[in-house]
Amino acid sequence: MTLARIVWICAALAAILFVEGVVSLQIGAYHMSARDIVVTLFQGAAGRWDEMPGDFKSVIFGLRLPRIALGILVGAALSTAGAGFQALLRNPLADPYVLGVSSGAALGTILSMILTPHTAGAMQAAAFVGAFATVAVVYFLGRRGGQLDSATLLLAGIVAASFLSAVIMFLMTTVSGRDLRGMAFWLMGDLQSDPRVDLRWLYFLLIVGIGCIFTTSSDLNLILTGEQEARHLGVNVNRVKLVVYISASLLTGLAVSVSGAIGYVGLLVPHVMRMLFGTDYRLLIPTSAIGGAIAIVLADTLARTVVAPSELPVGAMTAIAGAPVFIYLMRRRMR
Amino acid sequence: MNALAGSNATLSARATPRGNADGVRLRVEQASYAYAATERSAPKFTLGPVSLEGRERELIAILGPNASGKSTLLKLLAGVLKPLSGRVEVDGEEVSELEARTRAQRIALVAQESELLFPLRVWEYVLQGRYPYGKRLRFESDEDCLLAGNALAQVGADALRDRWMDQLSGGEKQRVILARALAQQPSLLLLDEPTQHLDIGGKVELLRRLRKLADEHRYTVVVVTHELNLAAEFSDRIALMHNGKCIRIGSPAEVYDREALQQVFEAPLEVEMRSSGRPRVILGGTQ
Repeated sequence: MTLARIVWICAALAAILFVEGVVSLQIGAYHMSARDIVVTLFQGAAGRWDEMPGDFKSVIFGLRLPRIALGILVGAALSTAGAGFQALLRNPLADPYVLGVSSGAALGTILSMILTPHTAGAMQAAAFVGAFATVAVVYFLGRRGGQLDSATLLLAGIVAASFLSAVIMFLMTTVSGRDLRGMAFWLMGDLQSDPRVDLRWLYFLLIVGIGCIFTTSSDLNLILTGEQEARHLGVNVNRVKLVVYISASLLTGLAVSVSGAIGYVGLLVPHVMRMLFGTDYRLLIPTSAIGGAIAIVLADTLARTVVAPSELPVGAMTAIAGAPVFIYLMRRRMR
Repeated sequence: MNALAGSNATLSARATPRGNADGVRLRVEQASYAYAATERSAPKFTLGPVSLEGRERELIAILGPNASGKSTLLKLLAGVLKPLSGRVEVDGEEVSELEARTRAQRIALVAQESELLFPLRVWEYVLQGRYPYGKRLRFESDEDCLLAGNALAQVGADALRDRWMDQLSGGEKQRVILARALAQQPSLLLLDEPTQHLDIGGKVELLRRLRKLADEHRYTVVVVTHELNLAAEFSDRIALMHNGKCIRIGSPAEVYDREALQQVFEAPLEVEMRSSGRPRVILGGTQ
């Protein structure tokens, strides 16, 4: 593996994401050509706001781009967290949704919505705490005879997810009808950006989280062969675990706090990237991040168009594609 | 590149450091260990105290029945466990005090099982042996690639480099695992029951290869095994374990005593001395 190979592959994926973003920006009631969109984007990037038509400015920068930016953030965060959990828990079926980590983050967010609705950053902090606490509990329950057991771990994740979902349901009965509808839509995965949320901060945290996991990627390559073997080869396994658990919980909390529990992206995307580029985590982490962004932007574009003018929650789209893949992977592993 | 080419022929154990003029690489002095369910409860299993030495070019076999303490002793040698009393030194330094990566540069441990989560090619697997020498993201250098290639060549597995690990036979897989250990350039090579899943041909081939590695490349090799005759044939010294104690240590001829083997393995075993001076164990008559 070389740095040049990583850069080239990531650049190619980033180009695909850019083209997909432009196509997604085109779609909507207000029609714009691809050329108009690219020109407007570059004008915006150069700070030449006066040169662009007012409609373009409000449609692209006010409505469509924030949604795509949120999709990129959520997809990158969930996919990277999924790839991290899969290595750390040595389980190819691990992802934030299946392990119940997304539900933990969702519970934290809902509690924050009810208890501290006006405190900036409270939702993200509560989601992180919920995600981290769930990982700790599932990890503890998933051990059998001092060893992490794949089947027990999955069961623990499923139990945790259903228990947390029940608590969320209970909490939702305490809120009023209008808030309830918004919460239910958010829970299924929604990319409607909240104007109170500062995307710059979220992107900063995203880069920190992905960066931390990326620095452990060569250690994760060895942990995939077993914790003991990794230790024999000089890996500080405890430090790597701590870094990846905290970072993956941060990324999950980040994604869930702004978009609800979007499932299967963290499972599906790392597997697709493995099939395309191999299992080396030095390449898998960045490609999963960009691949996750591509997947969510695609899912959201479809969610906005298949039943237009109405729209589906993006979580429903990812579940439709992800559930069969999950079953396929599970059956392949059982064979 | 010439400098690298120079190292082509020198993928060998580290030279014994100065101060160890006697060639002793591994020194175990009265090392003991105890497993207990909790810190305050009585130990469930106790090992030792054990003393032994390993020199350059020496192949040592640790023999004994199940639960005799073989693997625990190996873990003490590897620094995975810290002795409760006594010392384990490699190249003059206390093993359990070494930083993890420094330890991995000195000691390579080939474990009983190596289960991969995702498919991996042989070449990628062997390159993992260079991990203790890399920097943060550990992109492999030309030297790493050269040394990994040499390690594959030393175990006769060059042709396997592009194969998938999960498509190898038991013998091929064992050779590749050994190649990864050699890529670590250790001075001490530890193997925990490496012949467990091999047929008789594979067992002989592996022991012969280990013997050659010790003779030609100066490794000190310690093998935990159940194979009495193969150990007698290929090892310089044997440590015979029983109930957590090393009851005999010495050359195969010194250790293979009929009564001792019968007591340890609880089987009617006979020992006959061959013309080569190495003993052979056969199953005695059952009456």
